[in-house]
Amino acid sequence: MSTIFGIPPQALFGQLLLGLINGSFYAMLSLGLAVIFGLLNVINFAHGALYMLGAFVAWLLLTQLGLGYWWALALSPLIVGAFGVVLEKLFLSRLYKLDHLYGLLLTFGLALIVEGAFRHFYGVSGQPYPIPRELTGGQNLGFMFLPNYRGWVVVASLVVCLGTWFAIERTRLGAYLRAATENPVLVQAFGINVPVMITLTYGFGVALAGLAGVLAAPIYQVSPLMGSNLIIVVFAVVVIGGMGSILGAVLTGYSLGLLEGLTKVFYPEASNIVVFVIMAVVLMIKPAGLFGRER
Amino acid sequence: MPDVAMLEIRDLHAFYGESHVLHGVNLEVRQGEVVTLLGRNGAGKTTTMRSIMGIVGKRTGSITFQGRELIGMAQHKIPRLGIGYVPEERGIFSSLSVDENLVLPPVVKDGGMTVPQIYELFPNLKGRGTTQGTRLSGGEQQMLAIARILRTGATLILLDEPTEGLAPVIIEQIGVAVRKLKQRGFTIVLVEQNFRFASTIADRHYVMEEGHVVDMIPNDQLATNMEKLHAYLGV
Repeated sequence: MSTIFGIPPQALFGQLLLGLINGSFYAMLSLGLAVIFGLLNVINFAHGALYMLGAFVAWLLLTQLGLGYWWALALSPLIVGAFGVVLEKLFLSRLYKLDHLYGLLLTFGLALIVEGAFRHFYGVSGQPYPIPRELTGGQNLGFMFLPNYRGWVVVASLVVCLGTWFAIERTRLGAYLRAATENPVLVQAFGINVPVMITLTYGFGVALAGLAGVLAAPIYQVSPLMGSNLIIVVFAVVVIGGMGSILGAVLTGYSLGLLEGLTKVFYPEASNIVVFVIMAVVLMIKPAGLFGRER
Repeated sequence: MPDVAMLEIRDLHAFYGESHVLHGVNLEVRQGEVVTLLGRNGAGKTTTMRSIMGIVGKRTGSITFQGRELIGMAQHKIPRLGIGYVPEERGIFSSLSVDENLVLPPVVKDGGMTVPQIYELFPNLKGRGTTQGTRLSGGEQQMLAIARILRTGATLILLDEPTEGLAPVIIEQIGVAVRKLKQRGFTIVLVEQNFRFASTIADRHYVMEEGHVVDMIPNDQLATNMEKLHAYLGV
């Protein structure tokens, strides 16, 4: 086969696939951050740690209880979500009347504690997590080889992102969420229990991080540092997309993943900084982010 | 039982942080009545309404609705007793369509108006369902803010300055709608600066000054009390 812009197609599509995989995680994580920021006005720095927790819960379910991938896919987000509910009730809910900075500091501290605890018990070397039997192997697409598990991750994250978008933009429950994001006092004055809604929204947002963690476990190793490696890029994604914009978070996540992949092909030296360069440019031109609204 | 108060406020004090805004408000509203709160800016009319809904900092005294004490009750339970609130700023949500705005407040009691009945009352809203809520004109937003409460089955409606900033022809339409609501048996508390508008609708007027009620004037004695009222309102 010939080349595309002087690049062998296998290399190009291989990197694009990697970019799409990374983009899937960026999208799922920034989606959760956007949902949480929208209603709680909290920049959830613990998001990466909770993503790591999701992966670790899956690994512990497997090694301690013998429960496999599909069980983990269902249970781990529930466990992480429940943990989030407890965090919100115990700590975050006391900070809403204060400056945003306090929520950021609190969640940053929580992230350090959670990550520190896992480092203490499991070290920094990763734990391997096997690909589920049903998803081993791959497809030869002619122009490239697609491992089944990676295809599954892309599809699963698309379904999760579109499902969340639909739930927020097209359902009655989502209308409550959007309304409470704009004017929680009035929504409460219509008879809706906004504090409970806030708690559940935080639980849902971090459950998304937990789910992403389970999906990531067989691709990256399950390691206490996996969250902090990823979360910095995810924050850049959220800044580029615009804080609090659901669709913006998802689209920006996938696009930046792909862009990173392309950069790896054409100018590998820049692949680690391309996201941050774009962030700087976007902040200069459109400080509220590509999809964000000025508040 | 027309003589029994539906809403009764006794010695109500309200605070926003450090500032003491209401200083012992007393008033009562009987079922089926339309009662206005008149007074200058800052007299405490809006705060009285917000106190009923439980959305001020701190309240003391007593507010009872159909015999149930509202002070100390969880905020989200107050509307569920059948009290609908139309805030001064109207509170139309920009991230919701007109339809979504209309059906947002949960139905709390049987006997609310249906959507076709609401369109009959406010024909301007018909066919605008997919429009972004805040793209409606000011008058239409006011109609929507009233309309969404009518669906819920609320029997007491708190209307905060529904005519503020609206053209006379729109004020006329809102007046017609409020009179129809009165005929349907809704009990209405109305905050109004536009006292000409208030006099065409209300049964009684409470006059507020510096955080408490200073006078009550039945609508049929309005003519003989004009001078006094002008002095209160400073017109």
